[in-house]
Amino acid sequence: MQKLIASVVSRLVISVPYLWMLIFFLIPFIIVFKISLSQVTMAIPPYTPTIDVWAGWQGLINSVSQFSWDNYTFLGSDPLYVKAYLSSVIIAAISTFLTLLVGYPIAYGMARAPATVRSTLLMLVILPFWTSFLIRVYAWIGILKPEGLLNQFLLWANVIHTPLNILNTNTAVLIGIVYSYLPFLVLPIYSTLEKMDYSLVEAAEDLGCPPITAFWKITFPLSLPGVVAGCFLVFIPAVGEFVIPDLLGGSETLMIGKTLWNEFSANRDWPLSSAVAVVLLALLVVPIVLFQRSEAKAQESEK
Amino acid sequence: MKSLGSFRRKFAPWNDPEAKPYISFENVTKKFGDFTAVDDLSLTIYNREFFALLGASGCGKSTLLRMLAGFEEPTSGRILLDGQDMRGIPPYKRPVNMMFQSYALFPHMTVEGNIAFGLKQDGMPKNEIDARVAEMLKLVKLEQFAKRKPHQLSGGQRQRVALARCVAKRPKVLLLDEPLGALDKKLREETQFELMDLQMKLGLTFVVVTHDQEEAMTMADRIAVMDKGKVKQVATPAEVYEAPNSKFVADFIGNVNMFEGTASTVMPGKVDIDVPADRITIRTDATRDCSTGQSVGFAIRPEKIRLSRKEPANTAVNAAHGELYDIAYFGDMTVFHVRLESGRIIKAASLNAVRTVEDPLGYDDKVWVNFDTDAGILLTA
Repeated sequence: MQKLIASVVSRLVISVPYLWMLIFFLIPFIIVFKISLSQVTMAIPPYTPTIDVWAGWQGLINSVSQFSWDNYTFLGSDPLYVKAYLSSVIIAAISTFLTLLVGYPIAYGMARAPATVRSTLLMLVILPFWTSFLIRVYAWIGILKPEGLLNQFLLWANVIHTPLNILNTNTAVLIGIVYSYLPFLVLPIYSTLEKMDYSLVEAAEDLGCPPITAFWKITFPLSLPGVVAGCFLVFIPAVGEFVIPDLLGGSETLMIGKTLWNEFSANRDWPLSSAVAVVLLALLVVPIVLFQRSEAKAQESEK
Repeated sequence: MKSLGSFRRKFAPWNDPEAKPYISFENVTKKFGDFTAVDDLSLTIYNREFFALLGASGCGKSTLLRMLAGFEEPTSGRILLDGQDMRGIPPYKRPVNMMFQSYALFPHMTVEGNIAFGLKQDGMPKNEIDARVAEMLKLVKLEQFAKRKPHQLSGGQRQRVALARCVAKRPKVLLLDEPLGALDKKLREETQFELMDLQMKLGLTFVVVTHDQEEAMTMADRIAVMDKGKVKQVATPAEVYEAPNSKFVADFIGNVNMFEGTASTVMPGKVDIDVPADRITIRTDATRDCSTGQSVGFAIRPEKIRLSRKEPANTAVNAAHGELYDIAYFGDMTVFHVRLESGRIIKAASLNAVRTVEDPLGYDDKVWVNFDTDAGILLTA
């Protein structure tokens, strides 16, 4: 009897997150998917068919029979969307790599810092989250614009003689993404490095490795789970990023998040923007599955 | 000591004035901030010696080992290895290898990979590496585990991989930091002898750090007993046990009954010590110089004390009356705690050489404690 109660209770506990996912993820996704199969129309809501719950079974069948894959075929046929997807993935990949270049040394420095200052450093990494993301991205406009802080400084330092044109370019988008997502990369790498037994590095040096070789042969491979986790945490949201390309990018910046927003708000084409979102999700499922696999593998090797 | 091999019996370069030390610490001090881990320490270790650094945690023994490995630089003083000053030489250029307490096996490499790691760093040709790895695997009896990862091995197997890895490079000196600390008692005893065999076979110099005195006594040619960054005594296990040079060493190694008193009569070859607190006069061989009235210590091991119900012939010296307070039966021996009339508790051990004793000593039995003049040791430090 007690066993039965325990099993019921444990099922209940597990069901809470599932329920959460069902209500706030799966059902909305089904709605989005349904809209993506609809046609745009001038109405409220701006698509057809709408499912009328009161129309009964026949009404449902009627609605479903009007569903079509037109939006998806349109996405495939218009090179704009293909380009936007491709360029999003490329920008996300480059910025992930740049974030790694900046973030790894930060994480390494934090993990090797004396234990007394480590928590302060950790705090400093998290600190930017206390300011709204939007405000921080806006602040970059002030830094990067032609008469902005960066150009003023470089002119004053005599490094350049004419202001650099950074704002409204892909470079500005990269800077924005690297800046915004840096903590997401630093934290997982820091946590794997901090857990690492430093005597492994000493052992490598003892066996004849100069410190740099010891880093590449021991520290880096052992921090890979953190690197992989951090990179996905940057890459996945960066692909769909909308705010940064919108504020910092220019007309040349083609990213799927921005395209989606345009379809949704400017063109009021909910079905097409839903289709864009569904395809984006499908594209991201591949790296997410890879990420999960590497997490599972890391957990297994820890045992 | 006769049970040890003939090589070991003859091996005593520290008694040979001609012998050149292989490792010397010369007035080495190491400070971490305000804390002095190693304090003006000098020590010599000879080639092919099995040397143990023994002490409680925080006594500086691990720091000494780490300085030898090159992970720490002495604050002052110098370390010579085979005549060469080691200052400024990084760990990866030193002809010593260390076995870490945690073993520090590389978790992302197989057993083979771990053993080959140091050899690859030396740029050894691949076929030679393979041969050496195979030889090492055979040496530590892990041939069938070559392809396993460290987390798939038992504690004892990991320990042997760690050993094989640092022996593979054929270092001049092998440093072992608590090599058996993570093993259970039975395995530890077996491994002690394996380590000794290995050291003999390879003809290496071993420096072992341990807090386990039994381990040090079993394995080492000589033991350095350390306390607060200083070496208290360097001697063979038997000397450290039977002839400790100070109260600290006598107390640290093994079980001991310690008496504090004053030298009342100094005779040729003998000294009488008055121990007023315990109402006993001790007559002992004058193994050290002392003068009348000097306060001295006297240490005697439990197994060197006799217990009897009968009153000994001479009760004036080296004898006291008391009752059995506690009995600890270990199978091979029994340790009796005797409460003297002064209230002091003395430990006396007797070997259970026969299976059954008629009328054995029991709780609250009145007994006499006595010992010979050469049973204990006079301590002036």
